[in-house]
Amino acid sequence: MIVYIPGPLRSYTGKKSELQVAAATLDELLLLLDSDFPGFRFRIVDEQGAIRTHIKIFVDEEQVRSLGTQLRGRSRIHIICALSGGC
Amino acid sequence: MTNLLIGTRKGAFILRSDGARREWKLAGPILLGHSVHHLMLDPRDGRTLLLAARTGHLGPTVLRSRDFGRTWKEAERPPAFHKAPEGQKGRVVDHVFWLTPGHVSETGVWYAGTSPQGLFRSTDGGCTWDGVDGFNENPMRALWCGGDQDGTPDGPKLHSVLIDPRDPMHIYVGLSQGGVFESRDAGSSWQPINKGQAADFLPDPNVPYGHDPHCVRLHPLAPDILYQQNHCGIYRMDRSEGAEWIRIGNAMPKRVGDVGFAMVLHPRRPSIAWVFPMDGTSVWPRTSPGGKPAVYATRTSGKTWRRQDRGLPKSHAWLTVKRQAMCTDTSDPVGVYFGTTNGEIWGSRDEGEHWSCLARHLPHVYSVEAAER
Repeated sequence: MIVYIPGPLRSYTGKKSELQVAAATLDELLLLLDSDFPGFRFRIVDEQGAIRTHIKIFVDEEQVRSLGTQLRGRSRIHIICALSGGC
Repeated sequence: MTNLLIGTRKGAFILRSDGARREWKLAGPILLGHSVHHLMLDPRDGRTLLLAARTGHLGPTVLRSRDFGRTWKEAERPPAFHKAPEGQKGRVVDHVFWLTPGHVSETGVWYAGTSPQGLFRSTDGGCTWDGVDGFNENPMRALWCGGDQDGTPDGPKLHSVLIDPRDPMHIYVGLSQGGVFESRDAGSSWQPINKGQAADFLPDPNVPYGHDPHCVRLHPLAPDILYQQNHCGIYRMDRSEGAEWIRIGNAMPKRVGDVGFAMVLHPRRPSIAWVFPMDGTSVWPRTSPGGKPAVYATRTSGKTWRRQDRGLPKSHAWLTVKRQAMCTDTSDPVGVYFGTTNGEIWGSRDEGEHWSCLARHLPHVYSVEAAER
């Protein structure tokens, strides 16, 4: 599956905007990314396991709020910094 | 040399003086675009900096520099509350607001205060952080701090983490809202020390907690002496005389009042302090009263106050100085500095007698700390 990384998080991914990752759930995906890029997950998921207020995650073209969301091998995951992030 | 460590809404900056504190050179931005609520030097090694940051989108974190800001590394485990049991609502750190190096005898220890009110401790120089459960999990915490409507417009805060230089177990914190609290066992248990403070925004002004200290200071050479700029005035407490706050702001001119955010102390003379009053009337504009900014200084432990505005704008300067945005250096005479919500840094190298603008056009200033090296 392909994960699209927004600009504000590319300081973690060595400026890469797309990553190829294999994971069964969104939670597993973000843990894998955090393993490769320490600190990545906490910037977008809070300590209670919720996606942060101004972050949106789309699996294929559907917005998801649960880290338990199942992923498919060909899923396209967009991590989006919402327009509500501030001036 | 004096360095001013500046946290702003859009990144951090370091303003460095020459030996005479006449010429200043600005470096930065560091982490452009991040809201930096606090940037602090570790005085125990003179080179390690800790920085509290978040962005509008991304969650809160702490970064460390071991080379005075040239390179930065993010904390491996930033401050975060415990995950709540299934079915219960847990708390979430919105931003790390305050950073305090630990006692001189405790190398690597740091404390962080957060919004909403939480206290965190690192024992490895800011790399990993754990909650101080004696506060964060205290069964009284919700009563002390109130609910979501009891904080500041920018979120309720734990600030003014003060370590008694005589005893690393003795810690004070300020809660907005909540009051001043102290622990004598390194944070395992806490007691409110709010007697004497007004709380005129509450139906019962004589409550044991629920007050709003904006900035609390402890004198490093006379640690029984505490000062605070409170939502309801300026106060002083001498622990050797008791545990009651005395409102020393009553001696301020009535047309100015004694509301403000920031307060700083002379590093050697406990009777000398400075405040930056703001307009706390009607809807609380939180600007300089009348648009005429001024520092007020006491050299008499608050019995008398004197206006210090030479060099500051004379009119139409509707600015605010936030609670971490004022500091002193340790030179003789002492340098006094403040940063404004409209992105200016002002300094005086003669204890407030004359002011000059050291930098302008910065983002909204959240914090200014002096670091001499």
